[in-house]
Amino acid sequence: MTTPLLDIRDLKTHFPVKRGLLFPRNIGTVKAVDGVSLSIHEGEVLGLVGESGCGKSTLARSIVRLVHPTEGSIHFMGRNLAGLSGEDLRKARPQLQMIFQDPYASLNPRRTVFDTLAEPLLTHNIVPKNEVTAEVNRLMDQVGLAHRFVRKYPHEFSGGQRQRIAIARALALRPKLILADEPVSALDVSVQAQILNLLKELCNDMGLTMLLISHDLSVVRHMAQRIAVMYLGRVVEVGPADQVFHHPSHPYTCALVSAVPLADPDLEENRARVLLQGDPPSPMNPPGGCPFHPRCNYAEAACATERPPLVDSGGQRQTACLRLDELP
Amino acid sequence: MALLEVDNLKTYFHTRNGIVRAVDGVSYSLEAGETVGIVGESGSGKSVLHYAMLGLIPQPPGRIEGGSVHFDGMDLVQAPAKALRGVRGKRISMIFQDPMTALNPYMKIGSQIMEPLRIHEGVDKKTARTQAIDALEAVGIQDAEKRLSMYPHEFSGGMRQRVMIAMALITRPEILIADEPTTALDVTVQAQILELIKQRQQDLGMAVILITHDLGVVAGMCDRVLVMYAGRFVEAASTRTIFNNCKHPYTRALMDAMPATQQTSEMLYTIPGMPPDLSQPIPGCAFAPRCAHATDVCHEKPTQLDRISDGHHAACHRLGDLAL
Ligand SMILES: Nc1ncnc2c1ncn2[C@@H]1O[C@H](COP(=O)(O)OP(=O)(O)OP(=O)(O)O)[C@@H](O)[C@H]1O
Ligand SMILES: Nc1ncnc2c1ncn2[C@@H]1O[C@H](COP(=O)(O)OP(=O)(O)OP(=O)(O)O)[C@@H](O)[C@H]1O
Ligand SMILES: [Mg+2]
Ligand SMILES: [Mg+2]
Repeated sequence: MTTPLLDIRDLKTHFPVKRGLLFPRNIGTVKAVDGVSLSIHEGEVLGLVGESGCGKSTLARSIVRLVHPTEGSIHFMGRNLAGLSGEDLRKARPQLQMIFQDPYASLNPRRTVFDTLAEPLLTHNIVPKNEVTAEVNRLMDQVGLAHRFVRKYPHEFSGGQRQRIAIARALALRPKLILADEPVSALDVSVQAQILNLLKELCNDMGLTMLLISHDLSVVRHMAQRIAVMYLGRVVEVGPADQVFHHPSHPYTCALVSAVPLADPDLEENRARVLLQGDPPSPMNPPGGCPFHPRCNYAEAACATERPPLVDSGGQRQTACLRLDELP
Repeated sequence: MALLEVDNLKTYFHTRNGIVRAVDGVSYSLEAGETVGIVGESGSGKSVLHYAMLGLIPQPPGRIEGGSVHFDGMDLVQAPAKALRGVRGKRISMIFQDPMTALNPYMKIGSQIMEPLRIHEGVDKKTARTQAIDALEAVGIQDAEKRLSMYPHEFSGGMRQRVMIAMALITRPEILIADEPTTALDVTVQAQILELIKQRQQDLGMAVILITHDLGVVAGMCDRVLVMYAGRFVEAASTRTIFNNCKHPYTRALMDAMPATQQTSEMLYTIPGMPPDLSQPIPGCAFAPRCAHATDVCHEKPTQLDRISDGHHAACHRLGDLAL
């Protein structure tokens, strides 16, 4: 087997929660990412799904080192990103580009589209100076923005248009790995389809590798070869997309799959959902044992005390559940 | 009498590159307790329309060029700023599409949730705090007490969105305008939030305007749907009719572009071409350049919403002879 492009081992990213301005004291720790191991092979799209607040963005931000991982390793093209700093980190950055969940916050309001796209091209010498304009136009074509928008500022665009600019900016550096954090959730379905097609084309043609975070399972299923499911800072299931989607093995994945809204009013009215009981847990005060046990229909005593490891569960899939063999 | 009556509302932006007709003559009404879905292409004016209703358009460059918005005997377009402040965030609440620009990054979440209570209802600090904790728990945020003293950037994207929802619901509004309220939420939390909104609706008779591109959410939540394209409504009908018997080619195309309805691994269907430049005059139907069914008249003559049956209207020259 070839070495993966990205190999994450036992990654933890914890945040202290402080109160008080002058003499801040710790009132708790958010265990946003709490022992994640995942790998992505070159040319692969790995989908990452999970409950809001389970640590998906923090995982991506730890990989590009926007936040400091607390523990663990992140091997990327033979180097451990978790140990890099200063110049080495700056050199590695263009290889890793992030597309954010929030197109508003990630664009500089004082820069026109042209400036936003030309700056990385110039800083990193992607194309010669006299080709910058042509390259900017090409990037705009790629994401479906009309050339006439080139001198406009972010506030003159709708949410969807802004996200296209953000995607064009990420593509400008011709990265090896794209970490896309909800790249299409701000877009209407038609534009969403265009962007997904575009991302897919890029993956096929340029051999781009991608970690795709999306809460929309149909988006992930369309794009990804494999899907990883996170719950409260940990991976509870990972495997081939079709299997995870059609035959989920972890009780949380089952609930997730059954909650997908159906675009059909009649089906919506008569469907059976596995509604999750209980409240989503707090990463400041996570339950012991399996993080999902307080809400799980199949939990038994051991689930409250033993932390289930991620183990092979057949067909290239891994699942973290103590009761795997007994589940229906 | 409808609870809210929007009549021929127009909102333009006067930019260096010309006049952008973001909302160009939109009318609709809303009854107490109902949920109306607003769907349409990115940039079609869904957000601007509702900002305009609440006097939230930056002026300049924006300007309301005409029309009225009647609510409780008041025209919100003409109403003085003070009267509007008494309505906005209290009787009509809005969940903004983008929580990061709507939340103050330098202010603790707790103070921000308590603000509408303190301003509009003169609630004392302790009561406001209890209510804020309840509100956070209602949207599924645990350890609410500790969360109150955290800042927006310390919350996840979906948690910020839920904070906005908590803020919007805390004053028990008569109308909730929810602009893409669940875009950042996974499906289980989304289901929970939509359930919460439905619950409030039953308890308080609140009306909901739900702006969304998620047709699954529309199917589960909305009584009626309005389809917007290039600053105007192109189709209006009950949710069932929109899904089973839509008449406008744009509505049809929107349905066909959903990833969920399509096969995997192939390329997804998209609507060819691009939305029109709203700063240029559009002589005919705005969708004509992208429409597979357009004829000469479509390019030349403007359309208007024509009645198809009770409660079903569409703006298309080819209504009579098209089977979609
Ligand atoms: N401040 C502004 N200056 C100039 N044009 C603007 C401004 N704000 C909005 N617009 C334009 O108004 C149009 C409508 O934008 P709006 O945000 O209402 O779209 P939307 O339907 O909500 O789209 P989305 O689904 O992407 O949120 C867009 O073409 C946008 O470019
Ligand atoms: N800078 C920070 N300081 C403190 N806590 C943080 C910080 N960033 C994230 N967190 C916390 O870490 C947890 C995980 O957040 P994260 O943004 O990774 O979730 P997510 O899975 O991306 O959720 P969503 O789907 O809602 O975007 C949350 O409880 C959040 O409050
Ligand atoms: Mg996130
Ligand atoms: Mg909008």
